[in-house]
Amino acid sequence: MPLPPVKETYSGQVNEITLGGGDRKSVTIGGAKTIPHGGDREATGRRPVIAVDVLDAPPEDWPPVLADAYADVLQDPAAWATKAVETVGAELLCVKFDGIHPDKGDRDADHAVQVTRKVLEAVDVPLILWGCGNDDKDNAVMPKVSEAAKGRNVLLGTVTEDNYKNLTAIALADSHFLISQAPLDINIAKQVNILVSDMGFPLERLVMFQTTGALGYGLEYAYSIQERECLAALAGDKLMAMPQICDVGYEAWRAKEAKISDEDAPEWGDAARRGPLWETVTAIALLQSGVDIVRMRHPKAIARVQAYINGLWGSDA
Amino acid sequence: MIAIAERINGQFLDVKAAIADKDPAPVVELAKKQTEAGAAYLDINVGTAAADQQDAIKWLVETAQGAVETPLCLDSQKPDVIKAGLQVCDTSRGVLLNSTPLDKKSDPEVLDKYVEMANASGGSIIALTMNVEGVPQNVDNRVAIAAEIITKCMELGMTPDRLFIDPIILPVNVPGAQEQPDNILAAIDQILLMSDPPPHITMGLSNLSQGTTKRSLINRTFLAMAISHGCDSAIIDVLDEPLVDVVATAEMLMNKQIYSDSFLKAYRSMAGGRR
Repeated sequence: MPLPPVKETYSGQVNEITLGGGDRKSVTIGGAKTIPHGGDREATGRRPVIAVDVLDAPPEDWPPVLADAYADVLQDPAAWATKAVETVGAELLCVKFDGIHPDKGDRDADHAVQVTRKVLEAVDVPLILWGCGNDDKDNAVMPKVSEAAKGRNVLLGTVTEDNYKNLTAIALADSHFLISQAPLDINIAKQVNILVSDMGFPLERLVMFQTTGALGYGLEYAYSIQERECLAALAGDKLMAMPQICDVGYEAWRAKEAKISDEDAPEWGDAARRGPLWETVTAIALLQSGVDIVRMRHPKAIARVQAYINGLWGSDA
Repeated sequence: MIAIAERINGQFLDVKAAIADKDPAPVVELAKKQTEAGAAYLDINVGTAAADQQDAIKWLVETAQGAVETPLCLDSQKPDVIKAGLQVCDTSRGVLLNSTPLDKKSDPEVLDKYVEMANASGGSIIALTMNVEGVPQNVDNRVAIAAEIITKCMELGMTPDRLFIDPIILPVNVPGAQEQPDNILAAIDQILLMSDPPPHITMGLSNLSQGTTKRSLINRTFLAMAISHGCDSAIIDVLDEPLVDVVATAEMLMNKQIYSDSFLKAYRSMAGGRR
């Protein structure tokens, strides 16, 4: 009598999406049919990808350990993007428009469009274009950014339960991909996906984002929710089958353990190693939850996490 | 919930007339409406009135599968009728054969026949917890018959994920039948422990409320109870909106669906995709 297989099998899978393409490089993510390290190598889908952050304007609050790594390019997003690709090895960039935020320079749409154009010219890797988080400003600026990147298959962020109509409509019109955001809340994540889908936006072009918690600052909440989202996708929930992105760079470098100087905390160890380690550990922990894109910042942390990904998923997957 | 939509059945007068007149319109409309309502399978039953049941099921299968992409559930107690339906059925989309007891006096090998037909077409079967002695009135016999069905199916190369066990619901207002719903729930608990993965559990829900005054209420209340015991399929009227709302809610409360404010809509937009 044949015994049925006892290994865990899943009926669903995470959507696979390809950013970029055309005359530019592309990167494909998602596709998992099992949990990370769930047994079948071929079922784990595409390997996770690091998206290296490029800011549209010089950051005002980066600690020296982080700012020093990009000191020569902080003023110039195109040079920054080039450095991220050529020196740091980025295959995906996240242009974060912090500089348009009313509290961080309040730059206008022309600025954002110029940054987008210059970065598109400077490098040929796919892009994530991520607003500042202020609804009014994002609604005013991001549609123009989307238009400037039309045809480039970029990933636009972010839409939330309270603010999704503008960006969804423009992402649909410009054929981009879209990030649906939820505040560490899986129920709201599903609701945002439904709302966006109701506007006619294809579920297959969505990526989910839960506001990330860094090591020591709620990482376990982000981990649990991301893992549950992954399990929902594997169980066949089409409304939760999107690949996931998390923002490790920003969150890890907000932690005092990452950014405090040697003078202020001499007993905590060398800040030049401590900060990148905080970012590395946050990223590697969250990768176990099944996340597909990890936003990161420090070159040392990026190199360590990339080596980890290559080691477990293979560098050619 | 793997919802098997019950309306294309010759016992309903509109379908009976459609079969008699070979009029595809009512069947096509039911196929479309039930698919839109989230049917995972469309039950196809020629009823008892058709003069030539084999001819009738072929016509029903061709008419329904030409209208929608939804897989069919061929419903007959006669293997020859199922066989006729399979001859014209597009089994590449999946098929469910409904239904066979463990055995019966007139045909001791009836389960083997259904399993063989399902194996040959890559489909699944519904097996009733019923044997030569009829429908068991207690928990133990239901469970014992289910164990024999699961064992026999596995011997014949059918894994439990292609097996739907139907613990048989009787009308609640039949004398002596009122203790059966509770027995069925207890039987479900035990049947689900018999294999890993367990078989699916399904039931002809509408039978429960035959002849009662509150049919929809009785159906949906029991379905919620059954879902809480692990029932994952039912032959139901998918056009009964409150019933489908209860399925969506019960599955959400059992943590099978992640809650969202639009969870009823989410369930409907996903239903049918889960088969």
